[in-house]
Amino acid sequence: MSQSVSLPAAGLAVRPTRPWPQLRLAPLRRFATPLLLVGLWQAGSMLGVIPARTLAAPSTIAVSAWGLMASGALGHHLAVSLGRVSIGLGLGVLTGTVLGLIAGLSRLGEDIVDAPLQMIRTLPFLGLVPLFILWFGIGEVPKIALVALGTSFPIYLNLFAGIRGIDGKLVEAARVFGLDRRGLTWHVILPGALPAGLVGLRTSLSVAWLSLVIAEQINADAGIGYLINDARDFLRTDIIVVGLVIYALLGLAADALVRALERRALAWRPALLAGAR
Amino acid sequence: MADADKGVRVRGLTRRFRHNTVLDRLDLNLAPGQFVALLGRSGSGKTTLLRTLAGLDATPDDARVIVPTPTAVVFQEPRLLPWKSIWRNVALGLHGAQPRQRAQAALREVGLERHLDAWPATLSGGEAQRAALARALVRAPGLLLLDEPFAALDALTRIRMQALVVDLWRAHAPTTLLVTHDVDEAILLADRALVLADGRIVADITIDLPRPRSHAHPGFAALRARLLSELGVAVPTLEAA
Repeated sequence: MSQSVSLPAAGLAVRPTRPWPQLRLAPLRRFATPLLLVGLWQAGSMLGVIPARTLAAPSTIAVSAWGLMASGALGHHLAVSLGRVSIGLGLGVLTGTVLGLIAGLSRLGEDIVDAPLQMIRTLPFLGLVPLFILWFGIGEVPKIALVALGTSFPIYLNLFAGIRGIDGKLVEAARVFGLDRRGLTWHVILPGALPAGLVGLRTSLSVAWLSLVIAEQINADAGIGYLINDARDFLRTDIIVVGLVIYALLGLAADALVRALERRALAWRPALLAGAR
Repeated sequence: MADADKGVRVRGLTRRFRHNTVLDRLDLNLAPGQFVALLGRSGSGKTTLLRTLAGLDATPDDARVIVPTPTAVVFQEPRLLPWKSIWRNVALGLHGAQPRQRAQAALREVGLERHLDAWPATLSGGEAQRAALARALVRAPGLLLLDEPFAALDALTRIRMQALVVDLWRAHAPTTLLVTHDVDEAILLADRALVLADGRIVADITIDLPRPRSHAHPGFAALRARLLSELGVAVPTLEAA
């Protein structure tokens, strides 16, 4: 009995030490460390501890970013990069999806498609850059091809695993209720493999940015990667950081896009249903 | 495989898995509209027989299997497609006009009309099994196969589901085969109980208790004792008061 009395008393004793309980700082706490680091960085630059040719000051970077935006240069390079990623990703997703469906939906397809893809997959695809330059030159083709190659594998692997992981009991039930092969594919197998396919898409997106960064280092005359390389020649660390920030923002935006897609397409999943409540 | 007026007719059905003979020259007749319970120990081939009747396993060449069509199955688990709303699950594979209206009517019969557009993951176990029952009913089956459909439900839900199945059977009169290991369930629901052992039907017992049935009926205990002894279960003979 003495415990049940002493506990609330201890709680009351603590409360007066928090004078402003209304201010909710918890959600903002996550930003405290990054802000502190940027502050230290700015201070270091102003005191001369961090030389501009090592890393430009945050304020300089902000001014440069504004300048690049105002002149339209950033928009131009961004459009070129986005174009490369979109075409490459589109081709890669299409190839990965088609191959995943062929291998997933038939044993014959698996034998024909899966073995060579598993072999090629073991190659670090970024190592193919020299070959791609020899084959496709230094224009847009090798850049798009690199993105397409890198993005097709995550889609293929996840979709294939997703199709093969369908619950056989559901397939059996659907067969009892009169679904033929086409109906099974459309109503059971493809929707069942969609979650895995979307996981693959998310991986593909991050691979797409990575491939783009590498591809744009090869002899580009436009694009975010060109902007960065060009800035390197003039020791403009401020512009390099602007380019890196753009890459990061693009990656974040792509991830948000897939998340939104998942929320719509996978609304039936118990985890999402629980989250919606 | 089709003749809706003739009920179920099986002749000489043998199924082997490796050296294990699961069904041994089995013969079976079910009259149209009859509710038959199929009992047997686990591994006695109940589910194998049901799968053959459902067309999930091919009929061996030397056997004859005639079943009324269409055939519908309710499994032990609901087996609803999680990515389709309840009414789309019920209407799965349905041909003809107005699938939604027909699914709605079937769901109304099992008391799930409110959950027409719900996702399967939001239903309780009993509700999901009722949806599975609606999915079987909506195609007006000539043969309704129930593969231990109440086994995974809690005791109270099971009692309600059993009553619902009897009501639906009386309203639609499909030939019904209920696979179960529960002797009481067989006596409460079926017109006839078959016991499967060693790949053949070893007992065929008519259950003629008046409906609605209750455990309290004087004939119940006698039937129960008889079925249990056919299943090889020794029952302590306690005289009921």
